[in-house]
Order: sequence, then structure tokens, then C-alpha cells
Amino acid sequence: MAENGIGASLKRKEDNRFLTGKGNFTGDINRPGQTHAYIVRSPHAHATINSVDISAAQSAPGVVGAFVGQDLLDDAVGGLVCGASVTGKGGEVNKAPPRNVLTMDKARFVGDPIAVVIAETPAQAKDGAELVAIDYSELPSTVSTATSDADGAPQLHEECPNNIALDWELGDKDVVDAAFAAAHKTAEVELVNNRMVTNAMEPRAAVGEYNSGTDETTLYVTSQNPHVHRLVMSAFMNIAPEHKFRVVAPDVGGGFGSKIFTYNEEAICAWAAKRINRPVKWTSDRSEGFMSDAHGRDHVTKAEMAMDADGKFTAMRVTSKGNMGAYLQLFSVSIPTLFHGFLLAGQYTTPAIYLDMRCVMTNTAPVDAARGAGRPEATYLLERLVDVSAAEMGLDPAEIRRRNFIKADQMPYQTPVVQCYDSGDYHASLDKALANADYDGFAARKAEAKGRGKLRGIGLSSYIEACGVAPSAAVGSLGVGVGLWESAQVRFNPTGGVTVFTGTHSHGQGHETAFAQLVTERLGVPVEQVEVVHGDTDKGQFGMGTYGSRSLPVGGVAIANACDKIIAKGKKIAAHTLEASEDDIEFGDGNFTVAGTDKVMNIAEVAFTAYVPHNYPEGVEPGLDEIAFFDPLNFSFPAGSHVCEVEVDPDTGTLEIVKYTAVDDFGVLVNPMIVEGQVHGGLAHGIGQALLENCIYGDDGQLITGSFQDYCMPRADNLPSFDVDYAPTVPLHNPLGVKGCGEAGAIAAPAAVINAIVNALGIKHLDMPATPEKVWRATQAAG
Amino acid sequence: MPTVSMTVNGQAVSGEIEDRTLLVEFIRENLNLTGTHVGCDTSQCGSCVVHVNGDSLKSCTMLAMQANGAEVTTIEGLAQGGEMHPMQQAFQDNHGLQCGFCTPGMVMSAVDLVEKNPNPDETTIREQLEGNICRCTGYHNIVKAVQQAAKTMGG
Repeated sequence: MAENGIGASLKRKEDNRFLTGKGNFTGDINRPGQTHAYIVRSPHAHATINSVDISAAQSAPGVVGAFVGQDLLDDAVGGLVCGASVTGKGGEVNKAPPRNVLTMDKARFVGDPIAVVIAETPAQAKDGAELVAIDYSELPSTVSTATSDADGAPQLHEECPNNIALDWELGDKDVVDAAFAAAHKTAEVELVNNRMVTNAMEPRAAVGEYNSGTDETTLYVTSQNPHVHRLVMSAFMNIAPEHKFRVVAPDVGGGFGSKIFTYNEEAICAWAAKRINRPVKWTSDRSEGFMSDAHGRDHVTKAEMAMDADGKFTAMRVTSKGNMGAYLQLFSVSIPTLFHGFLLAGQYTTPAIYLDMRCVMTNTAPVDAARGAGRPEATYLLERLVDVSAAEMGLDPAEIRRRNFIKADQMPYQTPVVQCYDSGDYHASLDKALANADYDGFAARKAEAKGRGKLRGIGLSSYIEACGVAPSAAVGSLGVGVGLWESAQVRFNPTGGVTVFTGTHSHGQGHETAFAQLVTERLGVPVEQVEVVHGDTDKGQFGMGTYGSRSLPVGGVAIANACDKIIAKGKKIAAHTLEASEDDIEFGDGNFTVAGTDKVMNIAEVAFTAYVPHNYPEGVEPGLDEIAFFDPLNFSFPAGSHVCEVEVDPDTGTLEIVKYTAVDDFGVLVNPMIVEGQVHGGLAHGIGQALLENCIYGDDGQLITGSFQDYCMPRADNLPSFDVDYAPTVPLHNPLGVKGCGEAGAIAAPAAVINAIVNALGIKHLDMPATPEKVWRATQAAG
Repeated sequence: MPTVSMTVNGQAVSGEIEDRTLLVEFIRENLNLTGTHVGCDTSQCGSCVVHVNGDSLKSCTMLAMQANGAEVTTIEGLAQGGEMHPMQQAFQDNHGLQCGFCTPGMVMSAVDLVEKNPNPDETTIREQLEGNICRCTGYHNIVKAVQQAAKTMGG
């Protein structure tokens, strides 16, 4: 291992600027002549818009312009698009109702943007917005995931009869039904996967700027994928041609999925900057974020397991509905289908699986990918069902898992739900987790707690995810509208420093450090001489961005491949300089050497020679600057087992997580310190969902949980310290041996926590979030 | 418009502001000290914490005019002589930050916590940081950072 290369817990390069107040977030950017936008949103969940009168706003103090949907249409600005076309039952592709940037016919959720007021100051824009007069005719609304597809429910879009965007199924229902008919025992659970507001701490923001001299548009934006933003806004929304359009995602304060998507306000800033020929800035209030950021999860599900006499799973049947909100966001229908259904085998050999999934439209904010995206929903229902099955069979939850795990020597393993796992040792990670959690000592701890009047419970969650998204051909065949390769450019500067351009984006994941470590490992250049650049379409080559734990498994391999091209070219230059045959040149620790001699040339000398090619090999281009694109051969499959132990106070329903143990298989860890931090954060997200977080709309479509006062984010005193460990295996398909780690905690934790609570209370099921009131009521009911 | 004057990071500053201007807006917009962040509109998240006359305070809960004549320290004023404050250093050493957005407020709260309670245990740290929300770290490493800083600040 090179010093500070792969495996070093190197302190992060990016920390200094964030710790000293020198971060550069979109909201910190101010451009000369800048104006400020405020969005006028519908206060109604569902209403016909009869008229929008912006005249008073236009003449308000400081107001520069006020616009409605027609103004964008007049400039040929297209609507927001859904990037997924998933084929459902009967070969029918999902409906994709149109969405204007500013809605014109109807408002379909509380927060639906209708007009924009642009003024000299944020306060003047807000004051001006107060003067926009909109005449609505309120319509009945529907918000329920379970019943919005019922006959007689209010209809959102004429393109979606009964509010059904997609009816999708996976697996052979007849085979599964037959297995249930022949089962020794069956188990079932009905559950709700609660709706979450993603709530990155940095609210969304955008600054649009137009240069009339060059006809170039620039958009500074809170994005996880600036090139994808540019592509969507250019190809589908006609904001500006790609080559005249620069999108910059500077420091971004967390994404967790919510900043993948192209949003109305961003398009407005980019468009309006040209329209008024001045920069336009918009910064979301947190309240606006609650209303208008894409939300996550929100499934209602019935899951059943069929078992033989040994407790072996013979079939699984799932009927579920997923809430899509009022419009289909970028990934939307692909999440409850492809990213959910394809993970339903979990770590088990269940031979037959059937999923019936309906995606329904409701008068709520759009729902899309959020940390884990479909995989937390799959893991939660499966790991709850496994515990219910264990109880049905009278088996210990660990034992039923062991009996059904895919064995390490069965890898690669083709599941019945499309995915082919390429590696994993699920017995090993469970055994290690149980040992680290002292599972065997639990009975004594439970008895001790009982003596103190407390109910102690323990819960397991053995999860798997499909990360490293994704092989382009595979996702293309499933209806995803883009390729999901990644790119890198590795550029030696003449004086030996290295600039690395990645197509991924870092918004907390520490790429500037971890990717530099990759280059140090590969090229032997000191890590402080490697600078990682991301987030600016004018600096780097096209890239697909960061989501689905893909940056290292896909983007990291692209960097390594670009390094290998550097080495290959360097060998030619070194061979010429050292007067040796290229075949005799070896590379290691940053030095090109002639095999069997002491003749050596450092890579920095090679770089200098490449830029000052006075004595240079014939036919070799000057410069040392290589680009690589990597399209993965398969998804990666991080997996592991988590153990949660809780103690419940039956008098109050309050509970404490007394120990949380995670054992994960992420393959090779490039920077273990960063990986552990990713696990911690994911766990907080998952525990938040299990105990605290719940996005609630009233029956009238009003958002009840519209601020941090009403929506309970995990605070420091809600969480324990975590015990994190690893049980790595070697993936077949990833050249770096890495699997991705950003979502694991959020995927595993909800089931581990609820399984522990259910175990403590001796009940079958409790829906998330397990608030003290809910736990207390369950305690009372259980006697 | 009225004029407000205060000392920020040791420098006398003043500016003309609307009556409704919040302290955080004055800091960010008038003084261009953008290290202090705004993460919510209900005084829950703590991204905007600064020190006012030695106490940590959510600068979105205070009108700029209420800080007239006050001594204010923001994250930009914490490092002295090019050396990071022990709390800043501890956050880096323990990977107590990821995206960096909540970090300035978290660090300013943590400094005040340790100054007022030099030997906090884990429970105290967690309870005292209840007013600062972080979505990235799960707080585990923030707690470790505060524990390290408590040792170095006390020593």
C-alpha cells in the first residue's frame, strides 16, 4: 500500500474550508446585478386555477418582473420530465402526465408553483408575491397511498385514470400461488413504509446568470449531478443548448437523493436570467423545502411468506402500492419497481417471488429516490416478514435466517428477481454481528432489565442492496433514459501535480480525499499533490453524478482506468529517455524503472518530459492527460447484518437504543474513516425513519409536518453511538474490489429497530415511526 | 433606514438595514460572512449559531438591531493566527463533519458548550447539542470531537 493510498484513514482535504466558514455553497454565491426570486405556490392541495393576476406585483417596490406559466411557454420552455419509462402489466408503459414549470390549469399539491416574482431584494420579492392574486376553485383532494386509486377518488390527471401511473408485476404469480397452496406454514404482515422528507441541511438554491455577449447561460445549483441537470434542462426544457450552458454545483450541503432532480425553481432562475438580463437567485426556505422537495418512501404493503417444515422459504408474495405524489419526478416509478422489486430476494434462496406493485398519484409533493431508494422499502418488508415467519415456525430469528441464506459457495447467485449477486458471505456477517452484539448474552440482559421494570428487545436486519448504478445496457432495457457509466480525467501538470476531474459529485462523501487516495495508490504521487475537481460542467468531462452509492464503484474505477492510461503512456516516454525497450519498463511507487537495472525515472519527470518534449519518442503525443469512461458490468451488492437492542419503558412508551451493531460487507475500504462516517449517517437516517420521522398530509391535503417543529429530525440525544465492523468479500465485477457504502445504514436500520421493539413488546408488528405514544399503546394492548 | 453597529470578529462594523433584518441576514448579506448558514426558518436547526457577547445564539432568532453594540463572533473569527481552534481541529481529527453545512453552527455551539462545561460526558454533549441538527454524521463523530476538544481546551 502506498502511503496515504487505499486503506488509509486520511483526514479529509475538504475539512479546512468547511470548518473555517470558507465553504462555497450556492446560497453563498452572489453575482453582480443580482435579483431575487420568490415563488408563489398553491395553498390548496387541488384547485382549478381560474386566473392569475400579477399586475399589482409587477408595480410593487423593487420588483423587476413577475411571470406565470404562459411566459415560459411563450419562450418555448418545456416542462419537467420523468426520466423513467417502466413497462407494466400488459406491456403498458407508465403514464407520464405533463408538468409545466409553473402550473397553469390546476394546482395539484400544496406548494405547486404558479408564479414567480423577481425583485431587487429577497424581501421585496416576497412582498411583491403577496400581491399576486390567484382565483382558485377548490377541488376535492386525495392523499392516501392506499385509497387514491379507488373508484370515485378525486382525479389528478386525465392521463391517469383512477390515479394509476403504473401497474407493475414481477415474477410468476401462478407458481407462487401454487407454492403457498403447498406450504407447511405461511406468515404474513401488513405494513406501512412511512413517508420521509429528505431534509438535507442545505436548502435547495439556484442562481441563474446570462451573458448576452456570448449567449451563455450559467446556473449555480444545489445538484448531485450538474451534467444531468444540464442535459435535462437542455434536451427537454430548452433552457439553453448544452454547449452554451454551464451548470455549477459548488459545495452542496447534503443530497440524499433530493438534489438529483431538476426542479421548477432552478429552471425559472436559468430562464429568467436571460429574460430580464440580470442574474436571478432563489433560495428555498425550509418550509418551501418541506412542500416542494421530492419526498421518499410512502408504501403500503402486504407481504406473505410460504415455508416448508424446516422453515425454508418456498415462496414470497407481496402486494404493494407506492405513492408518486402529484407529478412524476425524474426517477419516480422506477423506484418502487426496479429498485424495490429486484431486491426482494434479500440474502435468501427463496425460489419464487411475486410482487404486485401499483404506483398511484396523489395530491402531495412528488415522491422519488431518497437515500436507499426502493431498497429500504424492500429490506424493511422482507426483514419484518422474516421475523414474523420465525415466530410462526417457532425458530430463533437468527436461525431462520441461517437456514435460508444463500451460501458463499453459491456465488455468483441468480435470484428469481433479475439481480445476479456476484459476491457475499451472509453467514459470516451475521455470525460476526451476533458475536459483536453478544447475542448469546441477551437473555440475561433482558432478565436484568425486567428487574428494573424495563422491556428489553433485540432485532436483526440482514440486508442487501444493489449499488454502483449501473450497467447502461441493463438499465436501458428496463426503461431508464440514460446510460449510467462514469468518467474521469487524470491530468498531470508540467510541474508534477495531478488534477483529477470526476463526473461524480461530492456533497459530504469526501471524494476530494478518497479519490486522491486512489490516485496516490495507483500513481505513487503524494496525496497532497492530487486535487480532485467536480461539480462544474465547464471544467470536467460529462459525468452522471452521485446517487445509488455509485461514485466509488463506478467513478472510482474510471479514475483508476485513467491512471492506467497515464502509466501506459509514461512507459513509452520513460523507455525513450532511459534508452530501453518499452517492454522492459516496470512501474511502481511512482517510478518507471528498467527491469533488472538501477535506471529509474520518476513519474513527475515523465510528466515534465511530456510537456517539454525536446527528446521524445516518435509518434507519441505531447502532454500527460488521460480520460476514461467506465461502464460497470454489474451492480455491486453491499450487504450485512445489523443488530439493534432496545429498552422500553412500559410506563411512558419511551425507548432507548442501548446498543446498535453493524457488520457490513463493502469490499475494499479506500478510507475507513470516511466509510464509517457514511455508515453512521445512514444509521441515523434509518433510525430516524423507525422512531421519529413521518411526513403527514391531512385528509384535506394540507401538509401537517411542514417544518422542523412538526417533523422530527433525529437529534444527538435521540441516537446512540454505533458499533461498526466489516466482513468483506471480493466482488467479481468491480476492478477495485469496492461495493459502495452510502446507503447501507438507511436500508438496514428500520427493520433492525422495529424488530427489536416488536421483540421487546412481544407483539407481531408496529408501524413506523415507533413514537412513545404508539409504543405505549402497544404495551397496554399487549398487557 | 436605521444604522446598526457592532463588533464582529474583533472588527467594528456598521450598516444600514431594514428594521426586519435578522442578525443572520446582516452577517451574511451585509458583511458577506457566509460561513454562518441558514438551514431552517423556525429556529430549529442551529446552522446559524454565532456567539453574541460570549454566548452561543441562533442568529436567526435575533434582529440585527438587537445586536447593536454587541460583540459577535462567527465561525470565520474562531481560528486565531492561522491556527484552527481546538474544536475545529477536533472536528477534523474525528471526521465530525461531512457536507459541512451544519458544521459552523455545530462548532460554535460546541465551543460554548465546552467553555461552560469543561468536562462534559457523552449524555451531556448529546443533550446540549440538541439544538443543532446534522443529517450526515449521525452525531457519533461529533460527540467524539467534542470530547477531544474538551481535553485540549481544558489542557
